[in-house]
Amino acid sequence: MLDHLEFTSPEPKTIAGATDDWELVIGMEIHAQVASKAKLFSGASTQFGNEPNANVAFVDAAMPGMLPVINEYCVEQAVRTGLGLKAQINLFSAFDRKNYFYPDLPQGYQISQLYHPIVGEGEVIVDMAPGVARLVRIERIHLEQDAGKSIHDMDPNMSFVDLNRTGVALMEIVSRPDIRGPEEAAAYVLKMRQILRYLGTCDGNMQNGNMRADVNVSVCRKGQYEKFAATGDFSHLGTRCEIKNMNSTRFIQLAIDYEARRQIAILEDGGEIDQETRLYDADKNETRSMRSKEEAHDYRYFPDPDLLPLEIEQAWVDDIKASLPELPDDKKARFVRDFGLSEYDAGVLTADTANAAFFEGVAAGTDGKLAANWVINELFGRLKKDDAEIENSPVSPAQLGGIVKLIKAGDISGKIAKDLFEIVYTEGGDPAEIVEARGMKQVTDTGAIEAAVDAVIADNPAQVEKAKANPKLAGWFVGQVMKSTGGKANPAAVNALVMQKLGL
Amino acid sequence: MSDLNKLTIAAARDGLKAGDFTSLDLTNACLTAIEGAGALNAFVHNTPDLARAQAAEADARLAAGDAPAMCGIPLGIKDLFCTKGVDTQAASRILEGFKPEYESTITDKLFAAGAVMLGKLNMDEFAMGSSNETSVYGTAVNPWKRSGDDSALTPGGSSGGSAAAVAADLCLAATGTDTGGSIRQPAAFTGTVGIKPTYGRCSRWGTVAFASSLDQAGPMTKTVRDSAIMLQAMCGFDAKDSTSANLEVPDFEAMLSGDIKGKVIGIPKEYRMEGMPAEIEKLWAEGTAMLKDAGAQIRDISLPHTKYALPAYYVIAPAEASSNLARYDGVRFGHRATLAAGDGIDDMYEKTRAEGFGPEVQRRVMIGTYVLSAGFYDAYYNKARRVRTLIKRDFETVFADGVDAILTPATPSAAFGLGEMKNADPVQMYLNDVFTVTVNLAGLPGVSVPAGLDAKGLPLGLQLIGKPWDEGDLLNIAHSLEARAGFVSKPAKWW
Repeated sequence: MLDHLEFTSPEPKTIAGATDDWELVIGMEIHAQVASKAKLFSGASTQFGNEPNANVAFVDAAMPGMLPVINEYCVEQAVRTGLGLKAQINLFSAFDRKNYFYPDLPQGYQISQLYHPIVGEGEVIVDMAPGVARLVRIERIHLEQDAGKSIHDMDPNMSFVDLNRTGVALMEIVSRPDIRGPEEAAAYVLKMRQILRYLGTCDGNMQNGNMRADVNVSVCRKGQYEKFAATGDFSHLGTRCEIKNMNSTRFIQLAIDYEARRQIAILEDGGEIDQETRLYDADKNETRSMRSKEEAHDYRYFPDPDLLPLEIEQAWVDDIKASLPELPDDKKARFVRDFGLSEYDAGVLTADTANAAFFEGVAAGTDGKLAANWVINELFGRLKKDDAEIENSPVSPAQLGGIVKLIKAGDISGKIAKDLFEIVYTEGGDPAEIVEARGMKQVTDTGAIEAAVDAVIADNPAQVEKAKANPKLAGWFVGQVMKSTGGKANPAAVNALVMQKLGL
Repeated sequence: MSDLNKLTIAAARDGLKAGDFTSLDLTNACLTAIEGAGALNAFVHNTPDLARAQAAEADARLAAGDAPAMCGIPLGIKDLFCTKGVDTQAASRILEGFKPEYESTITDKLFAAGAVMLGKLNMDEFAMGSSNETSVYGTAVNPWKRSGDDSALTPGGSSGGSAAAVAADLCLAATGTDTGGSIRQPAAFTGTVGIKPTYGRCSRWGTVAFASSLDQAGPMTKTVRDSAIMLQAMCGFDAKDSTSANLEVPDFEAMLSGDIKGKVIGIPKEYRMEGMPAEIEKLWAEGTAMLKDAGAQIRDISLPHTKYALPAYYVIAPAEASSNLARYDGVRFGHRATLAAGDGIDDMYEKTRAEGFGPEVQRRVMIGTYVLSAGFYDAYYNKARRVRTLIKRDFETVFADGVDAILTPATPSAAFGLGEMKNADPVQMYLNDVFTVTVNLAGLPGVSVPAGLDAKGLPLGLQLIGKPWDEGDLLNIAHSLEARAGFVSKPAKWW
């Protein structure tokens, strides 16, 4: 089976400083909320949008004597994600406590997996353009608890805490520093989102914070990255800063660009970059220091004694693997191979599973390329006009497939097909029946077309002379014939007859 | 019938079934005894109304012929167990006014078996202590006194209130918890029996955590048989505790045959400590002889890493405690310090925890924080974990060589005077746990059995250590030792 399409790596982004050209080196930690009805250790609901503190079990509130019990489904989802990223699944993993005080962290520690993550090394192909993609290596994925929400702006003297999100399962997906520019970073997030949505392991809703990223940015002079890549020695790279909690691909790009230029300016001034955590301010389009290395927490990680090591069976992993859906890269490759689509069109159609499934419904038993054109150009365009999603498309795959089949069979012209599409879109109905009932069928009877051509020629002797002098004007006759036949004449047949009769 | 409170569980059970008295009679006898025992400061939250209601219910069950093992038996419950609607504060100011909305698995199981709760028992704050002197309620007092000496003695700790209450017949039995010896040391100091089961035998759900990988609940009773009966009702798999073992629980009482012929008892040479009082040495030798008389085979064994146990314990337990106690932050429950204008969240944490935790708890939280800190983690915490593995292996080796149980002293001394250790180095206090912590580190069952009196008339205990999940066998050996030691002394009532 074709795994993925061939690709070459893109050029890294280069920023010209005052004295040197600089390259960017970016690594990301994506926090993806596990799609699960219950939290990681408490059994409380994960339903978004409930009243504050409605989704809180005693465990989440860290009441005395409460103990965590692992939610097996969340483990399954993490394994599924790992398999989807072609990663090593660790049959032995363990949970550790990351200790720090904050009111939205009731236990005083986050249960995470520092020493033995459930998923090891994997990879993601980040498409940049047809035939161009960046292979980003995944270092690890671990399961951990999300924190709650502190609300500081409801009262001048008090802060409030909402624990609904406390204890919800997150997957932290850690990349290697393989991302080489802001656009690649955004594309990486989108590709990850696409894969997670395909897998059904995260809904990818960035607006609700269900997927967010910490972005590590450093800059280096040209040639340094290659030394790092050859040796794995980080000293060839610049000091990195981590931009926390980004949940928009647009802001990720802006933040990286700002941060890279900030670092370049410091370095070219002879300064040094402090390793620190920074926050991006979208209003001002700048990053600001949140805490320096000296202020960094000492999290005092240690194995959580309330939880036994997590041991899973290879057979269980194999079962999950067997149930994996077709993933974006495979699907895209298959669309190119089996339907003869361009990589670009295949990419558009495989952006999410709903698009892809719709397309396959349309293309069933007919011309894939034609089906792709109709899905991408007509259907997507029309849906966009209505601000509608594919899931709510008034035209079903079978209906659009019917239209494509009518075109392919030569029963209707492309122009009529557009009218027909609009009828089906607004009124519904079976395309073939509509064509029949409304007399939209294309006239392929040469006798009838010939008569119509003859009539137009006979009625327009002046035009005939002009056309003979300037063959480009033959199109006018074709237009007239189409008009007189109500658009039902086969345009190709009309064209041929017009040329023949005019002696061109 | 008088003195019902002096009964054992076994005797009370039989009397209840025979209709000689009711659970309400038993319960009232205990409540009266408690009322007159304020000087012992054992019970710190009394629940007489609940007790009488539970007793009435138990009597109904008894009358209906539906009487589980513990039906109608009045108990004291250590303040570490969360009891629904009843004050639970782990003897700490930081949990002032805390009434859980849930019932710990241990008390839930006991209540389901028909047990009656008389009230909550004194203990060291968060179970951190060996003398009950770190309690916010003030110290519990040992009902025993040295002959001819009126000074108040410690009942031991951390389950000091439990031990004092059982020894003084304020209840028929009590729950305890044991992280480094907190059941066995107070049992030894008060002439009572206490067993710490195998780690994972009793659910930790709803018990305020001290050190999660070491904590185990267990019964504190007047006899070994009572321990068998009560442990049966307390233990078993609990899906709410991931470290709870999904194993069948045997009928412990049925295993008390008294026959230990051919059992191999190991005597570990490393437990013969420098400067150990002669009386303890003598007691140990007597205990060894008793088991030999009963038909056991005595074997000298070596547990070579024993000397590292105490330091390893005092790294691991505080490390876990420092994290477990982080939840007491004044945000959601318990004590919150009054803040000054302009105080922020860090001030709230600092003031609340400074006011809420006593000095010993603060000391251990700081030690734990230190040993887990970046740069010290490997040198302390990881090294301690490696030592723990070696200690566990020591035991595995001797058990694999055919040893059935190990006999050691329970404590390095008899009960000491309250306040005696006040100005001592805290490490002196920690030495109380020297014979008991190995058992927690290895996750094994250990039982303390009263075996004699010292020259001043104070009880002394011997400890038997068993194989994992072999509490039945261990209790049977303890039962044999108990029978041969014939310990029947009771403290003279002075309170």
